[in-house]
Amino acid sequence: MRLLSYFRGEAFQRGVHPPQCKLTARTKIRRLPFPPRVIVPLSQHIGKPPRPIVRVGEEVVRGQPIAKADDWLSVPHHAPVTGVVEFIGLRPGMRGPWVESIVIRAHPGATQEDLWGQPRDLSNASAQDLLQAIWDTGMVGLGGAAFPTHAKLTVPSQAKVHTLVVNGCECEPYLTCDHRVMVEQADDLVEGIRYAMRATGAQRAIVGIEDNKPDAADAIRAALARRGPLPEGEIHAELVPTKYPQGSEKMLIMALFGVEIPAGGLPVSLGMVVNNVGTLAALGQLLPRGRGLTERVVTITGPGVARPGDYIVPLGTPLRFILDYAGAPEAQAKEVILGGPMMGQAAASLDVPVTKGISGVVVLRGEDIALGADRKIYPCIKCAECVESCPMGLNPSMLGMLAAKREYDLMGEQYHLGECFECGCCSYVCPSNIPLVQQFRVAKQILREKAAAAKSS
Amino acid sequence: MTIEIRSAPHIKAPRSVPTIMRHVVWSLVPVCAFFVYQYGLSALASLLVVTASCLATERLFVRTGTQAGDIGDFSAVITGLLLALSLPPAFPLWMGAVAGFVAIALGKALTGGIGFNVFNPALVGRAFAQAAFPQAIATYSPSFLPGRFTEFVPSSLAWPLMQPADLMPWLKERQLDALAAATPLAKWKFEGVLAGAEELLTSLSGHMAVGPSPLLILLCGSYLAFRRFLDWRIPAAILGSAGLTAWLLFALSPERFPNPFFMLFSGGLILGAVYMATDMATSPVTPKGMWLYGALIGLLTVIIRYYSGLPEGVMYAILLANAATPLIEKVTQPTPFGKSALARLGQAKRGASYPLHPGYISREEAHAVTPKKRFLRNKPKPEGRRKPEKSS
Repeated sequence: MRLLSYFRGEAFQRGVHPPQCKLTARTKIRRLPFPPRVIVPLSQHIGKPPRPIVRVGEEVVRGQPIAKADDWLSVPHHAPVTGVVEFIGLRPGMRGPWVESIVIRAHPGATQEDLWGQPRDLSNASAQDLLQAIWDTGMVGLGGAAFPTHAKLTVPSQAKVHTLVVNGCECEPYLTCDHRVMVEQADDLVEGIRYAMRATGAQRAIVGIEDNKPDAADAIRAALARRGPLPEGEIHAELVPTKYPQGSEKMLIMALFGVEIPAGGLPVSLGMVVNNVGTLAALGQLLPRGRGLTERVVTITGPGVARPGDYIVPLGTPLRFILDYAGAPEAQAKEVILGGPMMGQAAASLDVPVTKGISGVVVLRGEDIALGADRKIYPCIKCAECVESCPMGLNPSMLGMLAAKREYDLMGEQYHLGECFECGCCSYVCPSNIPLVQQFRVAKQILREKAAAAKSS
Repeated sequence: MTIEIRSAPHIKAPRSVPTIMRHVVWSLVPVCAFFVYQYGLSALASLLVVTASCLATERLFVRTGTQAGDIGDFSAVITGLLLALSLPPAFPLWMGAVAGFVAIALGKALTGGIGFNVFNPALVGRAFAQAAFPQAIATYSPSFLPGRFTEFVPSSLAWPLMQPADLMPWLKERQLDALAAATPLAKWKFEGVLAGAEELLTSLSGHMAVGPSPLLILLCGSYLAFRRFLDWRIPAAILGSAGLTAWLLFALSPERFPNPFFMLFSGGLILGAVYMATDMATSPVTPKGMWLYGALIGLLTVIIRYYSGLPEGVMYAILLANAATPLIEKVTQPTPFGKSALARLGQAKRGASYPLHPGYISREEAHAVTPKKRFLRNKPKPEGRRKPEKSS
């Protein structure tokens, strides 16, 4: 009840409570078999795509680097399977257009053991060496944004980081991969947090977990108790009230510290760095073994899946293979979402591979999306539901009316369109069924193009 | 095999425009039922005729394509019921039908239908009736007349385009004085008679000519507010500001002005505050704007009631505030996250779980403890938290 929210301590203002649908919160992480063929797109992250360093016909072993980062804001890729490079060229991408990819045919008889990396001791490594080691793993933010982790952990020279915020909120409905990672890989997570604290110089780390998964916090506290005192500093696991979009770093920092990150600023301006639990758990696994990122935990779920669960999926596995294995009859699948249902992207085809930034595959049947899809679109009745749900404090009702009139400049200048991070709360609650977020995405793209044109001329 | 590409979000909250409108109609049912119980057959006929007229007009304009929305969204039903509740129960039926037509045609269809109306359609219809039929709209029939379920008040059945017959002889026949046919507000304004509290609140006693029961309206309105089908801020602001203004004037000269309680519960203030001013399309969307809008309505109502020649001021106050809504919205835009004064100064809000800077938690301080948590429910267990290490 919103009436009561004024009297109750709330994590952040506004936001929504979509049905959680966490079907797989109690099932253990399982391993998906290796597909006969993997497709590794070169651009899986924010930044420049890396350059392939293998030729067609070359034999690769699992974990071997196959693409090299030329630019600082770029990461290398490693072969997800032992096999032969079959093709380097265009393959279907998750956004629709075909993208440059490396296709590797797996050896049917290979054991698929990760033989490439050398175990190493990083206990005395400097921050610089640690960042280089993190870069070499090809790690990006596994929560969905896919921002290169070494860049995120690099502290600008004028700033000083005192706190590492570890984001274990996982506020999207259906997704449970971060939840299961926290429960089952708590020791790796603590290791990863320690590396990240040393790389950034943070004196404390706080794992923010939504209170719908107290078992994750218990698992982390138990792992911390097993470790005893750490030389890096304090690590706390903290429960925050469940609410969408808590997983946004601005909202999580608001919930933990009660402070707003200034508009246009980054958490580092307040001395904080935010990282996802999946990313740090993977770092904790990979860094001491000297390996690269070749697989990740993906939640395969939705009403259209017979055997939903959290699976360890080799990167580059095509969706068709995953859905066959998890038991999603193709005739039933009406929409396949990469990521969560609030912010995820609908897959354009089932030949699209799993990439580093995909945290979930949600399969919806026709009857599940009928609620939103076949509903009539009414004019805005100014019910103020969107204003009451926008976590950024915008006025989506007004923005939507301006977008319909193509007043994009006005939206950007007076109604703070740039602050919108497309969480989808306004579209979710809109009783008139107006596709507000879609309109804002178009408007933002047009404004970006205008700004780029103005810059170049 | 086909998969569809849609834009995020891929799930939707179940609430839709017809759901909202349907709930408002349901919440009006008890109010209407009590209205009929009070005034009998005439009130029932008035409710039915006005609503039917609104629906027919809506259908005409939807069919001809001048208007968005459709007849199934129940918004015209709300307009009709509210209009009928705000008219005298024995209002001539043909006049009610005309008012219903004007409400939808001028109040809604003219500007583009649902969502686009500038003024509350029911109040547009009532303002028209006030201007066109001043005699009929000022004539209330008393409530709880004997035989109200078997015969119409004669004014209801006036021939179309004819003025209703004078009610006086009909009332005399029933041994009622002329005062019974005036509302408490009119009585106070023109005769200086103040009605008692219990009569105003429940409208149960005597042959008072009061409208629908304020207590019942408040009850139904709080159900809507609780389910969040209307915004509680608007009625709260209206009643708060009207009560405050009335109380100030009452404190200044108690002999000239009635007490604030009479102000709040007489006439159509409660109906207007709960059901008319909260019309979504014509009220501001911003929270601050809602307070301002409500305060404006309350203030205007009291001023019109006390200083103008009219006994009732709620209708004009709401219509004026409707006109001011776009302006109110413009000056009360919400402050975006990260642009508030606190954010600019880098200050933390009160009551966070952790202070921004970890100085107190440094490894040097042996007795450092984490601060009191804000989220008490899932407090960390003491054994999970370690004592800070003494390193220096």
